[in-house]
Amino acid sequence: MDISQLLSDLFFDYTLRTVALGALILGMVSGMLGAFAVLRKQSLLGDAISHAALPGIVLAFLLTRQREPVVLILGALIAGWLATLFMIAVTRTTRIKNDTALGLVLSVFFGMGLMLLTFAQRLPDATQAGLDKFLFGQAATLLQSDVITMGIIGALALGLLVVFWKEFKLITFDPEFAASLGFPVRGLDVLLTTLLVIAIVIGLQTVGVVLMSAMIVAPAAAARQWTDRLSLMILLGGLFGAVAGVSGTLISSTAERLPTGPVIVLCISVIVLFSMLFATNRGLVWNWLRSKQNRRKLRARAVLADLNTLAMQHPHEAHGHSVAVLRTMSANPDGVSYALKQLRERGHAYEVSTDVWALTDEGLAQASRNQKEETE
Amino acid sequence: MTEKAIEVTDLTIAYKDKPVLWDVDMSVPVGTLMAIVGPNGAGKTTLIKSILGLIKPAAGQVLVLGKPYTQQRHLVGYVPQRGSVDWDFPTSVLDVVMMGRYGALGWLKRPGGAERAAALDALDKVGIRHLADRQISQLSGGQQQRVFLARALVQGAQLYFMDEPFQGVDATTERAIVTLLQELRSAGKTVVVVHHDLQTVPEYFDWVTMLNVRRIASGPVNEVFTEENLRQTYGGKVAFLSAAGNGKNGKQ
Amino acid sequence: MSQAQFEIQLIASMVAVACALPGVFLVLRRMAMMSDAISHTVLLGIVIAFFITRSLNSPLLLIGAALMGVITVSLVELLNRTQLVREDAAIGLVFPAIFSIAVILISRFAGDVHLDTDAVLLGELAFAPFNRLRLFGLDIGPEALYTSGSILLLNILFIVLLYKELKLATFDPALAAALGFAPGVIHYALMALVSLTAVGAFDAVGSVLVVAFMIAPPAAAYLLTDRLSRMLIYSALIGIFSAVSGYWLAHWLDASIAGSMATMTGISFVSAYLLAPERGLIAQARRRQGQRVEFALTMLTMHIAHHTATQEAEEENQAVRLYEHLKWSPRFAAEIVGIAEHNGLIQQKKGLLVLTESGLKRAQQEFTA
Repeated sequence: MDISQLLSDLFFDYTLRTVALGALILGMVSGMLGAFAVLRKQSLLGDAISHAALPGIVLAFLLTRQREPVVLILGALIAGWLATLFMIAVTRTTRIKNDTALGLVLSVFFGMGLMLLTFAQRLPDATQAGLDKFLFGQAATLLQSDVITMGIIGALALGLLVVFWKEFKLITFDPEFAASLGFPVRGLDVLLTTLLVIAIVIGLQTVGVVLMSAMIVAPAAAARQWTDRLSLMILLGGLFGAVAGVSGTLISSTAERLPTGPVIVLCISVIVLFSMLFATNRGLVWNWLRSKQNRRKLRARAVLADLNTLAMQHPHEAHGHSVAVLRTMSANPDGVSYALKQLRERGHAYEVSTDVWALTDEGLAQASRNQKEETE
Repeated sequence: MTEKAIEVTDLTIAYKDKPVLWDVDMSVPVGTLMAIVGPNGAGKTTLIKSILGLIKPAAGQVLVLGKPYTQQRHLVGYVPQRGSVDWDFPTSVLDVVMMGRYGALGWLKRPGGAERAAALDALDKVGIRHLADRQISQLSGGQQQRVFLARALVQGAQLYFMDEPFQGVDATTERAIVTLLQELRSAGKTVVVVHHDLQTVPEYFDWVTMLNVRRIASGPVNEVFTEENLRQTYGGKVAFLSAAGNGKNGKQ
Repeated sequence: MSQAQFEIQLIASMVAVACALPGVFLVLRRMAMMSDAISHTVLLGIVIAFFITRSLNSPLLLIGAALMGVITVSLVELLNRTQLVREDAAIGLVFPAIFSIAVILISRFAGDVHLDTDAVLLGELAFAPFNRLRLFGLDIGPEALYTSGSILLLNILFIVLLYKELKLATFDPALAAALGFAPGVIHYALMALVSLTAVGAFDAVGSVLVVAFMIAPPAAAYLLTDRLSRMLIYSALIGIFSAVSGYWLAHWLDASIAGSMATMTGISFVSAYLLAPERGLIAQARRRQGQRVEFALTMLTMHIAHHTATQEAEEENQAVRLYEHLKWSPRFAAEIVGIAEHNGLIQQKKGLLVLTESGLKRAQQEFTA
């Protein structure tokens, strides 16, 4: 696939441009607001709310007979809201735990939505054709008007995020302290959750119910690996989400029968995987390399100490010792050769004859320094 | 008439209709360094939280420097228990301390240079200015406690409430904190501390309130921290307490 | 009721019970959302098995599904162990990725086969009676009956045989390990069972209903009893009820059977939430009402007792001051004072409230309590 062709399509092909733009908005908004969900240990809330939105969408259609995205989004919002309230009520007033409440709401609301959807499908004016777009996300059918709606609502949500930035940060980190300062923690909580529901709802059209939870969790999870600052984490989350959205769209356009939603999710999953492996400091690969390095250092030190011990036992200090002996002394016989090479590089040991090693003067000095350190 | 720092009358708090605090009266003069002690479940944290307006009482009234707390927020600093927060949160030490200024900033305004300077100053006072840019997950228990303390200091309050600040903290930090609290007291501030270690009460504090759902006693340590009161507060477990009780009595 | 209708309800009931049983343990072990994750990831297992056998009826599909369930759980735990993400985030990362891979594979390579994501998610029980199983040329019933029946049997066997191990491993995994019961193995076995159940139920009811059946009836049962054995039985019964009533609901509305059944599980839960004898909202409210009065009476006597001794007694025990201090509304205060007088706890003397013998005794009870 020709990259330049792809990029030019991006700008000039109406459908591709529209879908990519929609995906970009989705990625950015959910990536940024998702950070708060993740930090508040509400990662799966996205999953539950996106499923719970379905009956809201269908009812909104049934009551108003309109397919206007704004109307449907409003329905989704209300349903998502009710679902959240229900979960809070149940966990607060009974011994039902959080995860059960999530699963309950997810499956039951969705089931209701399904029931209503099939009910609506039997109605004479079966113009509900657009409703199951929300189920699976058919990004390819996004219209420019849809994208504009997404953009406006998304911008509003992000705007509120910026305005109440420090308040949201405070109630997420230390709600009690926030309350003692006089901030209405519950109200702010409600607002934040509303923004989250908005982010989810505008993304449903693009990736569908099942995959929406990934768009909330993954960008934030990836961003967290790269930074320890909340502001940066949010921005990176938005960036990752947007990148995944656009690249997912582009990639799925290059081949037939590659549904856009899943490809976007795979893109963000790759980004998460990469971040977890290679991010500076926290990355697993760096951790692994670092611990390997440490182990090597310790082993070299141990071999140095062994050589020293042997040297002490033999009055002729230039007397070399065989590698075999060193191996029997070592807890890690396989690493001895490498350790000896390291020691040679540092000038602490030299090979007297084949496979026979001894300490240099510098090595002796280092060994006694090490010993002193250890006994301190 | 000199105002009391804290005036609690008939405070009763129930949880699911079981009393947590019952008919508590407490009157704390300005410029005192006071400990609140009592067994687990005695209502110590609840008392503090209700003074701060975080819990609604079933009955009774609380006045802070003569007025209800809601009118005096800017005069009160709060240091909650360390465990109440997720220390993995992506933020730096300086950032957390600046949060103490959010109350004064009010809605929507961003913290700026003045807040930053105040925060650095507070970090200085608790001795961890060099950790200002450190991620909070990398802190030790003692350092975390100092961060919380700095955050309260930055509020520029007259009255400080602390919940078990010495819990799980190394000896050096403990000494540093006590010194700081005593300095605050000397400067005319009032400091109230929920304290878990009876042995150190006579050494660190001038006043003590002994609580076990009801107020057993409240007053200057040398008057009130007696074996009899300790017995009443802690029920049967007195044996190891007599040393603490006698400590102060012995000094008389 | 026609035979087809009966068969549908029978199959649905079996699926309901088959799901409810492992569901109880998922709820108790706080792994409810795993059911959602697994019910989506098994699709990949099915797809891969399908590519190998090129048949939708091979038992390899079931094995693939079971494996996939176990793999899902392992991946989540692996992620969790790296300490880079929390457990709930781990689940939310793993299953969408796996599901996406499955959907892409289906779209690209199996688009023409009846491996429909729609069906996976939604399932269509209405068609079940039409897929008959033929043994030796004899029609012995719908295929789904036997699939769900076998899975039900498997689940029952698992739970009956390993009842005490499951119980222990759920409530005290440390003890279970110390006693040599390998709670880890039990954990994975349970997950494999969940996956098998999910797959077995797909054809009939789809993944959403599987989750509903696994969580809602056990959640309702959780509010109805404190005993594990009862919880299992109640969940099964509630599941059957939801299945049957759901069917008729769908019939009436001419709507999705699976969706209606899921709705009925929800209604069952809400009923339990409201009406459960001890833990239901209504029972809670009634208890609180009763406790309120008792509590208020005690507060009243204590308050009077407390302030009789002090100098402020004259002022304090004036009826009016009392209400201020106790923060009672005048109406509530009058009510309580009335009840207190009626029960012989206090007497009114010249606008002051004074304790009687029994009132004093009541106040003192709290003192020593």
